Amino acid sequence: MELLVASAVGMMTAAGVYLILRQRTFPVIVGLAFLSYAVNVFIFASGRLTVDLPPILTKTALGYADPLTQALVLTAIVISFGMTAVIVMMSLGAYLESGDDRIDMTDTPEDDT
Amino acid sequence: MSLALIAALPFLGALLPGLMIRSGRNAASGFAAFFNFLALLGIALNTPAVLRGEVILAQFNWLPSLGLNANFRLDGLGLLFAGLILGIGLLINFYARAYLSKSDPVGQFYTYLMLFQGAMLGIVLSDNILLLLVFWEMTSLSSFLLIGYWKHLPEGRQGARMALTVTGAGGLAMIGGMLILGNIAGSYDLSVILTQKAAIQASDWYLPALILILIGAFTKSAQFPFHFWLPHAMSAPTPVSAYLHSATMVKAGLFLMARMWPVLAGTPEWFWIVATTGLVTMIMAAKIALFKDDLKALLAFSTISHLGLITMLLGYGTKAAAMAAVFHIINHATFKAALFMTAGIVDHEAHTRDITRLGGLRKLMPITFGITTIATLSMAGLPPFNGFLSKEMMLEEASHTLWLAPWAMGALATIGALFSVAYSFRFLGHTFLGPVRDDYPHTPHDPGFGLWGAPALLTVLVVVIGAAPMTSAAWLVDAATTAVTGEPAHAYIKLWHGLEPLALWMSVFAVGGGLVLFGLHQPLLALWDRTPRPEAKRIFDGIIEPFAALSRGLTGALHDGALTRYLAIGVVAIVALGAYAFDSGTHLPGTRAPTPIEIVPAFGWILLLCATLGVVVAHHNRFVSLVMLGVVGLIVSVGFAYLSAPDLALTQISVEVVTIVLLLLALNFLPKATPRESSTPRRLRDGAIAGITGLGAGGLIYALMMRDFAFPSIAGFHLANAKTGGGGTNVVNVILVDFRGYDTFGEIVVLGIAALVIFALTEAILRGGPANDRLLNWTPRAPQAGDRHPVMMVVATRMIFPIFVMVGIFIFLRGHNLPGGGFIAGLIVAIALVLQYMASGFAWAAARQKLEYHTMIGFGVLIASATGAGSWLAGRPFMTTNYTYIHLPPLEEFEVATAALFDLGVFLTVLGAVLLALSSISRIATRAGEQGSAEPLDLVPGKEEAR
Repeated sequence: MELLVASAVGMMTAAGVYLILRQRTFPVIVGLAFLSYAVNVFIFASGRLTVDLPPILTKTALGYADPLTQALVLTAIVISFGMTAVIVMMSLGAYLESGDDRIDMTDTPEDDT
Repeated sequence: MSLALIAALPFLGALLPGLMIRSGRNAASGFAAFFNFLALLGIALNTPAVLRGEVILAQFNWLPSLGLNANFRLDGLGLLFAGLILGIGLLINFYARAYLSKSDPVGQFYTYLMLFQGAMLGIVLSDNILLLLVFWEMTSLSSFLLIGYWKHLPEGRQGARMALTVTGAGGLAMIGGMLILGNIAGSYDLSVILTQKAAIQASDWYLPALILILIGAFTKSAQFPFHFWLPHAMSAPTPVSAYLHSATMVKAGLFLMARMWPVLAGTPEWFWIVATTGLVTMIMAAKIALFKDDLKALLAFSTISHLGLITMLLGYGTKAAAMAAVFHIINHATFKAALFMTAGIVDHEAHTRDITRLGGLRKLMPITFGITTIATLSMAGLPPFNGFLSKEMMLEEASHTLWLAPWAMGALATIGALFSVAYSFRFLGHTFLGPVRDDYPHTPHDPGFGLWGAPALLTVLVVVIGAAPMTSAAWLVDAATTAVTGEPAHAYIKLWHGLEPLALWMSVFAVGGGLVLFGLHQPLLALWDRTPRPEAKRIFDGIIEPFAALSRGLTGALHDGALTRYLAIGVVAIVALGAYAFDSGTHLPGTRAPTPIEIVPAFGWILLLCATLGVVVAHHNRFVSLVMLGVVGLIVSVGFAYLSAPDLALTQISVEVVTIVLLLLALNFLPKATPRESSTPRRLRDGAIAGITGLGAGGLIYALMMRDFAFPSIAGFHLANAKTGGGGTNVVNVILVDFRGYDTFGEIVVLGIAALVIFALTEAILRGGPANDRLLNWTPRAPQAGDRHPVMMVVATRMIFPIFVMVGIFIFLRGHNLPGGGFIAGLIVAIALVLQYMASGFAWAAARQKLEYHTMIGFGVLIASATGAGSWLAGRPFMTTNYTYIHLPPLEEFEVATAALFDLGVFLTVLGAVLLALSSISRIATRAGEQGSAEPLDLVPGKEEAR
């Protein structure tokens, strides 16, 4: 499982980074969403992986998953929604204001830097 | 009243005027005046003790490891300055209320003014020199805001910048000096430093410390050669000039020299540097003042000259000179603040301050004339006013001070006094005397009491101190001199000492010579205009401009607006640092046994891989990329569920729904496709960066997962105490609302702020301007479906709504013990509402939305904080939770925790924030002409409310 989770984190990070390096707002937003997934899973996985041991106290449980990273990630998921919403509105406002959705503040489309 | 409270009062007073910007000048000035008065009252209550010779202290440890403590002291010197700052501050408050015009942002003005007052008061009450430095810098900043208050005037902005540059640079030098001083004395507390005279003066570091501290004092008090900023600061509104540049801020430098007098003064270095600088400043500025046509510029140079006088007296290093200096500080503050205010009155009434366009005002403005006459004669040093008394003391001290030659100091001081007489007469004569003119820009007449009341009160002081110095001022002079010199002092001030004293004859000479100069003003002015002289502003700009150009060039090169480049640099730097850290550390192989891979998760992984690759490849088609993003989110939530995180799975899946809905709604107003504009090399470069980053992140988490914790995890504590301490079995929820409730509180506040930012952005878009125009002219790109709100879907969503809300409540209530809680319940109810927006249309849903979402957020945060604060009532720290078990007969026994109330706050904030974001887009859509029937569907009979 560890290999799958780690490779998933790597894939999502790579996709996120590639997309935030695009020059239009929408792919950047999608890229940031990917990065939030990657970071959330990363933090979650730093509590180590467990199957069928939810951190709900019962008399019969054999053990529990790490509740701390889960609590961290829970709020992070909600906050990252808030941040996504803010940048969506910013890009919407910028596009409506200028009629353009480039993120670079240059006059000519740049191909290479 | 505690000194710390007194020091805090002006800052409290600064709080509201800026916020109550719409409530008018009376509210703003009244509020500021109230706190100003309270602080003055506090000082007054402490006065008897100070006059008995006590030093009042209030000490709090702030950063003891740095020697920075919030220690305050009040002695005679502090009393004198605190009285000036607060007393004149109150008068300025009153004067400014009448002076500022209706179009000026009055709230801002009073906020700045009170900030400045607080900073000044902080300087004079500080017992810790590091604390003093903090306040010192604050005066520079707040005076910058005040000088540049009229932002539309370029002179105001330039003057403010120059003042900040000069006094800020001086402040930096002073920091160095103070650190050295504290180092020598072994403490940063004045109470200790002031006892270390011998050690400080014997130290090798005495001279560097002295010079650095003096640079700070000289720049602040506009001493030569740093005097040039003060005339340029005169573009401030006149109340500011009267307050900062006569009575208070420029005296901060003098205060500092007086404060440090016991340990720094008395050495030849001190004498030569301070007395000489003061002398040069006094004469030079008085001479320039004679030739200035702008009333405020004249007063500015006069102020510089008088500051030089006081500096010179402090430089003498004798007790009698220190007493004269203290006395002149009082006198100068009274007459000069009054004069600035009358100059402001003339400007206000005649619409000009140019002395060549004035004259003959005594008939038109008799009250102003009376006030100005008294104050001017005091400035000239004529009896029987207070300026005469301290000037006599100054001449007396100068006459027996040895500087180069036995007579030199006395003679030069007399020349300074002579110029002072000349420019004073010019100020009075050319403004008020002479024939009435008929070409004033505006016909002047006396203003109302609001403007002349404050200067009139000050001139009463001028007269009273002049007539009865021993009863009106000697007590304060005694107390302040005692504090400056550290030895008991008793002033003996009187108007008439007989004919013998040399000072009297020096005075007579100065007045006579001054009158002659005044008479010869025309030819002298012609001579002055022909003489070339350096222009301070040009020199200053010449020095500053290269630096400005350098930083402009650097900023332009680094910040060229290419955000993608910044991001690429940032990502590469992070990866490189990570690689370096990995490479320079030591590693052991992982010891944990891997969890076995099962078949279903493996399929999920393949799905994730395909979706991720799909987004990257097909990201030009934005709609498709959104759909595949949704797939990724679903796999992530299923993964959480599989890996023992039911709460995370629930949260992720509901966030996924609202995120995708939000992005879809936004996509409606954005281009539907991303153009292919990146070149192949650039795509390869980005691909390489992304690939390496992904490899790094994946490798790091893999390495982490394959190893055990290096330190024991604190998870065990939470597991062990969740039930016994927090009363719940869902440990994640107990952590959120109880163990780490403070964090959660911060997080919902952040979420609320994010939602309000969205609200503000929407307001800005809809306010008018290009964005709004574009929306009004919006034409849908795709033909809209005939039944945008299909009956089946509408009916289904409305039927399902109560069930959804019920599920939300259920999830909320069980959250403490089973997966659920405020976050998840908020998201679920939000989805229920979003469904209504989607199925029945924005207009229909919005018309039924009674409670504003930002109100909901506000209540959420309020409930959460009230719950947290509630534990104070039980005498426990903030956010301590409590729980009990309740047994209601038909139900099972259940437990009630205060944490549930906190969770309700979380619930409301999340619900409000999510819906505010989505409904903001619906507002944009409405502006773009999106119409929905305000009625329920035609087919549905009766009135049906969505909520």
